[in-house]
Amino acid sequence: MTDLLPYLKELMTVPGLSGYETPIRQMLEERWTPLTDHLSVSRIGSLHGLKRGSLPEPKPSILLSAHMDIIGLMVTKVTQGFLRVTEVGGLDPRVLPGQLVIVHGRQDLPGLIVQPPPRLLPSHAQNGPVPLEYLLVDTGLAEAELSRLVRSGDLISFAQPPLETGGETLTGPYLDNRASIAALTHCLEELQHRPLAWDVWAVATVQEEETLAGAATSAFQLRPTLAVALDVTFGASPGSPSYRTHPLGKGPALGWGPNIHPYLFNSFKKLAEQLEIPYQTEVMPRMSGTDAIALQITAQGIPTMVLSIPVRYMHTPVEMVAIKDVHRAGRLLAEFIAQLGPDFMDTISWEESSAQPAIEA
Amino acid sequence: MKDHTRTGLDLPQVGEEQLILLERLCNACAVSGDEGEVRAIVLDELQEPVRHKGGSIKIDAMGNVLVVCPASQSQVGPYLKVMLAAHMDEVGFMLISDEEKGIFRFDIVGGIDQRALVGKSILVGREHIPGVIGANPIHLTKPNETSQSISLDNLRIDLGAENKGVKIGDRATFATRFTRLGPSLRAKALDNRLGVATLIELVKHSPNNIELQAAFTVQEEVGLRGARVAAYTFDPHLAIAIDSTPAYDLPHWDDGEPGWENAVYNTRLGAGPAIYLSDSSTISDPRLIHHMVQTAETLGIPYQFRQPGGGGTDAGSIHKQRAGIPSLSVSVPGRYPHTAASLARISDWEHTLALLYAALVKLPSDIISVDR
Repeated sequence: MTDLLPYLKELMTVPGLSGYETPIRQMLEERWTPLTDHLSVSRIGSLHGLKRGSLPEPKPSILLSAHMDIIGLMVTKVTQGFLRVTEVGGLDPRVLPGQLVIVHGRQDLPGLIVQPPPRLLPSHAQNGPVPLEYLLVDTGLAEAELSRLVRSGDLISFAQPPLETGGETLTGPYLDNRASIAALTHCLEELQHRPLAWDVWAVATVQEEETLAGAATSAFQLRPTLAVALDVTFGASPGSPSYRTHPLGKGPALGWGPNIHPYLFNSFKKLAEQLEIPYQTEVMPRMSGTDAIALQITAQGIPTMVLSIPVRYMHTPVEMVAIKDVHRAGRLLAEFIAQLGPDFMDTISWEESSAQPAIEA
Repeated sequence: MKDHTRTGLDLPQVGEEQLILLERLCNACAVSGDEGEVRAIVLDELQEPVRHKGGSIKIDAMGNVLVVCPASQSQVGPYLKVMLAAHMDEVGFMLISDEEKGIFRFDIVGGIDQRALVGKSILVGREHIPGVIGANPIHLTKPNETSQSISLDNLRIDLGAENKGVKIGDRATFATRFTRLGPSLRAKALDNRLGVATLIELVKHSPNNIELQAAFTVQEEVGLRGARVAAYTFDPHLAIAIDSTPAYDLPHWDDGEPGWENAVYNTRLGAGPAIYLSDSSTISDPRLIHHMVQTAETLGIPYQFRQPGGGGTDAGSIHKQRAGIPSLSVSVPGRYPHTAASLARISDWEHTLALLYAALVKLPSDIISVDR
């Protein structure tokens, strides 16, 4: 069994910005090869790992989706030995000055994001946060060398090394969504010695942070019976609104709202209670902000669930997660899958009576 | 030491050994008033060589490390007592309120741009307990909020969970580790570990013609306090503060405009040691400026003048000590000082070290007898 802490630390340091996920996919291919029966890559780069169930064809299947793409920056201009940049994914520009980065040019170049002093900025940008368009990336290289190695369009990822913080928490960039990738890998490990009725598609999706293109296309191609999106949710932190955040260390959050099939929510809830796995409920009044948005409306529609790991300071280079929440998310998912029987789909209904899940005891 | 046959001087150089020392110094945490970690490295590096030279090392009441390397006994006639000062302290934080479960309110020690605090890893206390200064996720941030800076009141240090070893009053620094970036260096606290590393090398290579009085000072960032008492103790004939000064040699927002130039660069990376003319705390002694420039030009060592203007160094308190001490500052230029990650060029550091060494060796013994 993988020790999740070092594995997650490793996952956090492998790039793979939206649309350019190859580095992380290659790492996952290696890790998932012994855990799955078949691996394939979608037309746009999502990784599909199949674990075959024992039921006869046509066999039901469950798709587990965790997006592997990360946010970051892209070079817009190489100028006088510095780089101007734009964002890939949603970033608060106030977080950027002083961040350590890697510029993925003709070779990987360490650098940092800097805010020029007021004397070098237009008057409207001299006070308050410096807008993204005026920030620069400095690689420490001389102008000619930089121009040789970096072009407009090159990607930039955060390079703050992960740090182990108190109470078995881990901090660093890209816990969104590498924490879920770790949980999904943990789930596959848990399933190694369990009899499976259903086919299981472990899918590391691409482009969640931009267009959800990975989840939409993989769900279409694989056409699963059920789908679960694994993602991170807002961890409670100083000054955060308590009604929209979830404490770390209190278990994964089960999503509730229009993206989620209520029967699946109830099934996960009952199972967590039965197994005494701590969980929280995350209400998502409009949409979940996850792959589930795309999964749910694929083809004729797929009953979908969202399982989230609370992460503090999301989309900053100092995200923080409780390792035990990653464990629990993986285990709960594995237990759910292991208990999927041939009749599960017969029990899903919209009737009030269906609140009693028909998971095999 | 390389043999400079052209100059007849063995100028000290920056090699692997010096870079490793600088790395240790930058990764050490020494917020003003708590300089112990850097002090320990200075003592570790210098105790043996100084004893070998028949010199002395002591720690004074403020925590300054005061090193004296005597002039050679073969030195004929009067010799000068030259004080060199490099501050050991760095800007950082102090925990001021425990809000439980590993969450602390903090205040800033020294000048730090509050806009550059959010989203950084930090290290707390002597055990270097890791933590972060977090920010609300962009998803929960209202569009108009991103145009407002996040005030210190709304920032917290988060250790993940309660830690019995951490308490109010503990210091914290940015967690950034020293890294080589091609011809450059990226680290926290290059201001002024570059100066400390330079001064360590100068003590190890102390010239025979002067009494070298090296002060590794405390509390520069909060009011030049250590240098003030060190200068009193030493009572030197003249003094040089060794520091790191900002390089604002960045592109301007308007850099496409014809005829535009960045006229407010302060210093430039790659242009060599920055010699001070005047800043807000000191008007440099012209005799010392002249000697420094002449030395650089004679030996072909690159140098630049720091643009006259604000800022200050230990020279600000040294030159007013006792009946007055002719003083000068020489800095290694560095971008982004007082932030999580600053950046300097190795060649600038090496040239600074070489220039200071050569200027000391060639110091005319009557330099302060002539009119300013």
